[in-house]
Amino acid sequence: MKSVGHSIPKIDGLMIATGKPVYTEDLAMSNALVVKILRSPHAFAKIISIDISRAEKLEGVECILTYKDVPKERFTLAGQSYPEPSPYDRLILDEIVRYVGDEVAIIAAVDEKTALLAMKKIKVAYEVWEPVLDFEQALAHASVVHPEDDLHCNFDIGLQKKQNIASSYKEEVGDLEEEFKRCSVVVEDVYYPQAQAHAMMETYRAFTYLDHTGRLVAVSSTQVPFHIRRQLARALLLPASKVRVVKPRIGGGFGGKQTGSGEVFAGIVTLKTGKPAIIIYDRKETFTCTTSRHAMRLKVRIGADQEGIIRAIDIQVLSDTGAYGEHAPTVLSCVGHYTLPLYNKTRAVRFTGNAVYTNKMPAGAFRGYGATQGTFALESTVNKLAAELGMDPTEVRLKNISKEGETFLTGQGVLLGSSSLDRCIEKGKELIGWKDKFPCRKMGNNKVRAVGMAITMQGSGIANIGTASVELRLNDDGYFTLLAGATDMGTGCDTILTQMAAEILDVPMENIVFNAGDTDTSPYDPGSYASSTTYVAGTAIVKAAEELKQKILEQGAKFLGVSTQDVEMGGLAVRTFRGEEISLAKLAELTVLGTGKLQLVSSATHGSEISPPPYVAGFAEVEVDQETGKVELIDYVAVVDCGTMINPNLARIQAEGGIAQGIGMALYEEVNYTELGKMATNSFMQYKIPCRKDVGKVRIAFEESFEPSGPFGAKSIGEVVANTPPPAIVHAVCNAVGVRINHLPVTPEKVFLEMQKL
Amino acid sequence: MQITLTLNDKLVTWDVDKDEFLADTLRSHGLLSVKKACETSCCGLCTVWLEGKSILSCTVLSVRVHGKKITTIEGVSREAEEFARVLTAEGSEQCGFCSPGFIMNVLAMKNELINPSEEEIIHYLTGNLCRCTGYMGQLRAVKTYLGVAQV
Repeated sequence: MKSVGHSIPKIDGLMIATGKPVYTEDLAMSNALVVKILRSPHAFAKIISIDISRAEKLEGVECILTYKDVPKERFTLAGQSYPEPSPYDRLILDEIVRYVGDEVAIIAAVDEKTALLAMKKIKVAYEVWEPVLDFEQALAHASVVHPEDDLHCNFDIGLQKKQNIASSYKEEVGDLEEEFKRCSVVVEDVYYPQAQAHAMMETYRAFTYLDHTGRLVAVSSTQVPFHIRRQLARALLLPASKVRVVKPRIGGGFGGKQTGSGEVFAGIVTLKTGKPAIIIYDRKETFTCTTSRHAMRLKVRIGADQEGIIRAIDIQVLSDTGAYGEHAPTVLSCVGHYTLPLYNKTRAVRFTGNAVYTNKMPAGAFRGYGATQGTFALESTVNKLAAELGMDPTEVRLKNISKEGETFLTGQGVLLGSSSLDRCIEKGKELIGWKDKFPCRKMGNNKVRAVGMAITMQGSGIANIGTASVELRLNDDGYFTLLAGATDMGTGCDTILTQMAAEILDVPMENIVFNAGDTDTSPYDPGSYASSTTYVAGTAIVKAAEELKQKILEQGAKFLGVSTQDVEMGGLAVRTFRGEEISLAKLAELTVLGTGKLQLVSSATHGSEISPPPYVAGFAEVEVDQETGKVELIDYVAVVDCGTMINPNLARIQAEGGIAQGIGMALYEEVNYTELGKMATNSFMQYKIPCRKDVGKVRIAFEESFEPSGPFGAKSIGEVVANTPPPAIVHAVCNAVGVRINHLPVTPEKVFLEMQKL
Repeated sequence: MQITLTLNDKLVTWDVDKDEFLADTLRSHGLLSVKKACETSCCGLCTVWLEGKSILSCTVLSVRVHGKKITTIEGVSREAEEFARVLTAEGSEQCGFCSPGFIMNVLAMKNELINPSEEEIIHYLTGNLCRCTGYMGQLRAVKTYLGVAQV
């Protein structure tokens, strides 16, 4: 293949790397009003009065809005396909504020200084209510986070507002208790994966203006332009046709930008004033007033026979969705959906859970989307099972994992199309040196080195819901335009999707213009999330390119006076086997210019009934200081099955970055609150993401499989790579010093204190 | 108040507020390669050179650079592109938002350190955060660029 399978640099790489002005803020009008948000200082309160009179009088203040000035239509900021599973529990501004940082007033002024000065002049009186801060106390709490009558769900998600339950889920196959009785070994434990901040480098931002026809245009750093369009239309009471959303280059997302942020605030300012408006969340707002990964409590019980075959799995989840229910039901259900299929020798499984409202910053979508939390809990328990059985944990995996051509208990008969997970495990063992290093080695100086491991899966798109449409056309000069809705956020999907089209059309990539992320011109695509772009949008592109290629061959054959079977495409021309040819440029000219012509265009839509899982086997080597509990990550090996690699370099960098984010979750990162519910970790000083000294050595290897339903055999890679570090590192620490840390992150204090109990 | 500085080898005179930070001043004058991401001198995205040495422009008052020489990536575009080609060949720009500041610090390191070891490279660049790449690809690119052997 000429394009697919090659490590081609990203088509936007050079421009973004050298700082060309292609991100949201760079493109904003200089006369845009600056929008700032007055935020609640209380975790839970009702606004008694707001006095904006002094602020309004300030010169340069254009508009101040409170809950009295906004539409009373509830919506969700979750970027999900309609009908969204997430509850419609938000207003643009509400009389009740539900967390420290919740929006109280929108201020728009000619510049930032004026807006901030105006903010200080607004006087708000609150009736402070008792907040729900501990998510384990939410169910029985006297306070109800969402008491409103107009709380709305598009369908039943198990919401019970009086119990603070945003969503509940249950899935059960087989007679679980009976099966546990038959097991010779049963292990269980409780796990607390923490809230994690996305901490993308470009904070949330958007600007809005009215175009030449009076339509609202939002240029936003978002992963989900079409969903933002729907949110804006609903929240601002506009027909969708009156809203356009454009996504420029994005400075990272990791799922954070799958949830709306400031678009509605800038949008309402533009509607009220008729003027362009820009909103940029600073780092503090990004940490404290957007979303994080859902903190959870997971109780896991696993039963196995004496051979180590896992027969029963029970997972009970409590998920903290914070003040609003963005992605609450789906992250919850994905905990089970992306873990239970790993092991298919089971005879009974149960997965139950509640997502509860609390008076803290909302949780939302975050790379891994429930799989990360579920993998931590399940894989830690499988490691515990291996220890209980006295078996090598890699052997326990190899005995139990689902294989190609098999199904699993909750899989409804769908057969696994591809998996090289067994090879990933073997390769990982070899690379980390498992044979010599498992479980641990004393290094002298009170230091112990040990290894640990975990496996994980994700999906590729959302089965039966995810979809992508693309259009491809041959332009008058013989080059192509590819219109898509996939949103590159640094992942490189613009590049790999172009690679796929170039491969099929047999043209150089330079001959294809990739245009995406504009709801006025892009065909529908829900956006880049759920590990969709390569698998779902990629398949749509393969279909469209094949269709257009066929049209070009037919047209070329006609011009050359031969039948379609006698021509082939290549070298920017259609040629006969005898050597006559017509260039694409000439063919385009003849099909576009003049009268009676029809430009060659193709379009395709693809949605998949299945979501083939990519896999990772992750191996960690740590060194633990027995005196202090300090954990140093020495080596991390991740072996990945993402099907065919469309672009090996971009696949590798995705994997390295995902592992680093997982290392952060395992060892450093945690969203923390004060006793009053104010977030304490509101800057990079308090919230540590890994720097280049913290990641040790990360090594990625691939064991390619071929996914029959994927484009060129590809599956996804974006999310699956984030999941293994927490359980693998926790396992390694346990093998080093004998303590299991079930509350993430693994800090020296926790290790030290647990060691004192031994 | 008014400041005069040498920006990318050109003398410029600008009006600035006394509490204005250099990153904001540069952006307001069209130097849009300068990104901000933390406001607390933690991330390295706003790295530019003051008299040829890396500084964090988000926490340097603009009045402090009066009479000084400031260089942004726009002023070293040839060298920046040369390294950017190596960086993108590894795929390790990813979202690209941290790249201009990172590149400025890599070029500063190249000017300052002779034959740096891997440890010295990592130490020098530690202040440049990146959330996308996990740093390994950046390290490969820097080593390739400096001609240091890959281990």
